[in-house]
Amino acid sequence: MTNLTDLGVAALRDGFRKGDFSAREVADAFNAAVASAKALNAFIVDTPDHAIAAAEAADRARASGEFAALSGVPLGIKDLFCTAGVQTTAASHILEGFTPTYESTVTAKLFAAGAGMLGKLNMDQFAMGSSNETSAFGNVVSPWRRSDGGNAPLAPGGSSGGSSAAVAARIAPGATGTDTGGSIRQPAAFTGISGIKPTYGRCSRWGIVAFASSLDQAGPMARDVRDCAILLEAMSGFDPKDSTSLDVSVPRWEAGLSGDLTGKRIGIPKEYRVEGMPSEIEALWDKGIAFMRDAGAEIVEVSLPHTRYALPAYYIIAPAEASSNLARYDGVRYGLRDLPDGGNLADMYSATRADGFGKEVRRRILIGTYVLSAGYYDAYYTKAQQVRTLIARDFEQAWQSCDLLLTPTAPSAAFALGEKTADPLAMYLNDVFTVPASLAGLPAMSVPAGLDGQGLPLGLQLIGRPLDEQGVLNAGLAIEERAGFSARPGQWW
Amino acid sequence: MTTETASSYRIQGATGEWEVVIGLEVHAQITSNAKLFSGASTAFGAEPNTQVSLVDAAMPGMLPVLNKECIRQAVRTGLALGAEINRVSRFDRKNYFYADLPQGYQISQLYHPLVGEGSIPIEPDAKDGPGEAKLVGVERIHVEQDAGKLMHDQHPTRSYVDLNRSGVALMEIVSRPDMRSPAEAGAYLRKLRSILRYVGSCDGNMEQGSMRADVNVSVRRPGEPFGTRTETKNVNSVRFVMAAIEQEANRQVDVLEAGGRVVQETRLYDPDRGEGRSMRSKEDAHDYRYFPDPDLLPLELSEAFIAECEASLPELPDDKRARYEGPLGLPAYNAAVITADVETARWFEALLDATGKPETMAKAASNWLISDLFGALNRLGKGIGESPVSPAQGAELLNLVADGTLSGTLAKQVFEIMLETGDDPSKIVEERGLKQTSDTGAIEAIIAQVMEANADKVAEYRGGKDKLFGFFVGQTMKAMGGKANPAVVNELLKKALG
Repeated sequence: MTNLTDLGVAALRDGFRKGDFSAREVADAFNAAVASAKALNAFIVDTPDHAIAAAEAADRARASGEFAALSGVPLGIKDLFCTAGVQTTAASHILEGFTPTYESTVTAKLFAAGAGMLGKLNMDQFAMGSSNETSAFGNVVSPWRRSDGGNAPLAPGGSSGGSSAAVAARIAPGATGTDTGGSIRQPAAFTGISGIKPTYGRCSRWGIVAFASSLDQAGPMARDVRDCAILLEAMSGFDPKDSTSLDVSVPRWEAGLSGDLTGKRIGIPKEYRVEGMPSEIEALWDKGIAFMRDAGAEIVEVSLPHTRYALPAYYIIAPAEASSNLARYDGVRYGLRDLPDGGNLADMYSATRADGFGKEVRRRILIGTYVLSAGYYDAYYTKAQQVRTLIARDFEQAWQSCDLLLTPTAPSAAFALGEKTADPLAMYLNDVFTVPASLAGLPAMSVPAGLDGQGLPLGLQLIGRPLDEQGVLNAGLAIEERAGFSARPGQWW
Repeated sequence: MTTETASSYRIQGATGEWEVVIGLEVHAQITSNAKLFSGASTAFGAEPNTQVSLVDAAMPGMLPVLNKECIRQAVRTGLALGAEINRVSRFDRKNYFYADLPQGYQISQLYHPLVGEGSIPIEPDAKDGPGEAKLVGVERIHVEQDAGKLMHDQHPTRSYVDLNRSGVALMEIVSRPDMRSPAEAGAYLRKLRSILRYVGSCDGNMEQGSMRADVNVSVRRPGEPFGTRTETKNVNSVRFVMAAIEQEANRQVDVLEAGGRVVQETRLYDPDRGEGRSMRSKEDAHDYRYFPDPDLLPLELSEAFIAECEASLPELPDDKRARYEGPLGLPAYNAAVITADVETARWFEALLDATGKPETMAKAASNWLISDLFGALNRLGKGIGESPVSPAQGAELLNLVADGTLSGTLAKQVFEIMLETGDDPSKIVEERGLKQTSDTGAIEAIIAQVMEANADKVAEYRGGKDKLFGFFVGQTMKAMGGKANPAVVNELLKKALG
């Protein structure tokens, strides 16, 4: 029998259906893999019982011939998703010990589709970070190592770094992620897996700890495009509890998968050829262009003239929203409370929030508070919103001449842990290619397309029109079919 | 000191006259079963923290979903004030930290309110001092969440929080600074309250806090530009609003005349002491960092929705009053009193309907309601909603008077018994034999007895002392136990006395 943890979502689902193995065997295999991979620090909480219960339910249902979309598939859940009865912390000390009484819409949908939960995945604190180093529970370590033999521990990307590491290390066949400015795509690229951020509003935000409401979107991270399509189908759908949720039907993306891009026009945005881009990234991009042509697509150069303002605008809008969204962590009702002796309410707020939030979270709350304050609002927040409108217009204009955009996902391969922590701006630059699609609310995906000179994975990003996840997935599949990416990290943990 | 001229209110300072400029921001709790952004109940007086949803408690990952009924009520209110309804409005977050504010922000509407310019016609009550009948401008109405409530009296060293009110929908109705006296402010509040209750968008209950006012006051020399204003927060009765204005305006005059300047600040009014005090000045005012709430889409209203709101409006107090005075022919005073509150107007209309002859009975019914019923309710300390006599019973009583079954005096007796027993007037009349008699034979017999017993008075009357006629009427009525038809008595007496 094959090693069950080598299988992805589709293979597990199909093998379970065919009777090749039981769901319980799958759950046991992944639970064991999770338990043996502590060195990665991918999970904050393990929930083997949850996975087993779902598996046993799936096995019972199978006995009477009933299958749900994800029967027999255990998943890792990013700790930003509230899970009923299971601690949910957003990787922050301020929520340590907080156990929701409610289940986020996305996880509820996944569980209703038969999936079980292996555990709550580590992440950057409140999803703020690009390397997983802002977690209050210690950083995740990427399963990948450079081929130089230096064995420097590498960043799994962020903020969904626990998700990317777990999938890449084959300790989870798939995972949920969330993406505010690239938090699914960049870690996917860093770890050689696929991840898609759908159109803003496809997945309900209800029950996901908020970072920046107008940007946050959930999405799947998995080994390949098909697995992403399967998971996204289960995660998506209108939710009346989220006012920004889109009331549109969920296409059958898996059934619609096709790597044939005949008739498609792929735009190459010239502004993404940034100065100082590593030649390996440029070469990868060119390879991607060749794949697209080979799949039958026409290549067109397009211009997104306001691209260079996207990152600054993002780092105003996201912190502004975060500064307000995170005001509820005040020590009054749940989570950490730190009340100094003889202190008053204001003292409690200060102590609780100073102690409970990590440095990066505090930095963003301060930035957000500053840009919203009287006298600065117009110069920062209003201006950033105007930029956001221009960015969206850039994309709309691009869609006149192309159907999809192809870009690199990140400006580099995974960097070493600690390499960028001293320089927040260098860290923020990691989001330069992913942020524009977030600002415009567009579906975007990263697929692995090759390795750099050090043997580390590199990803290509596909950006589509609103609601054209199918186009994005299909182009991703075209790359996947041609890149033949089969590298996987050697097991050192 | 205040100089009372015919219509203008002036504060007489040591250096001359001062005019007062008043604007009101009224917070009115919207009548709805559920909160503005959550499904939790809004009933008043529930046990603390029993009407709190996950959204109201601002649990992680919770999102607001707009309750359309609250918007409908606010739009209906705007239409009742003849105001512009904004087809697109937005919700903003007003950020500040306080233990009664779970989200750390209040969802409100700063930049794009739901309702724009409207107006309210006022008629100040002369009893409240000088004031002019005028149109007071309403600048805007926006919709926002209420906060929870801190309780400091539950524990010696701790404060408790009750989140039942957290998230309840409020309308903030902002007037123009168009009022110039306490009486005008009082009239504005009463009129606004009346309209809200007619529309049904707010119960107007100031004691329970479902309506409260922030009072903006400044003073100036007549004709000069506006002075610096202060804002007195959360005043919860019409009387206190008027008292707070008078107190604050006089304080400002004292400050200015002493060579000082009025500081823009937020104040509190203590009705027990009749004084105001400073809460915080502009310098340490919060920076609320308003920005559009990214959890909510812009609110777009369709023409059909607005038309439906318009069609659902009842007859409003001014229209009703005009109809009562005009087609219905009520005295102006009666029309004003009855239409002032929707509950009274509804009671009156139910009463009229129950008589079966609304056109002919209107005046008598209005008189009875204002004098007899209100008198009795006052005595009993009850509101009209708790009247022991129903409109149908009142109508029956009025009809018994109209058809001559009861005299006015008998009717009053029957009404007293109705108040005590709750019985129908017909039953009382039947059981207690209180029916008025028009039996001429019986009356003539009594008249004969009365004349016989008072032969001297008869002689005096016949000698020209006309005034004695009333004496004979009284004696006859008394002898008949008040049950004789006074008209018949008059007629027969005239005949008998010659």
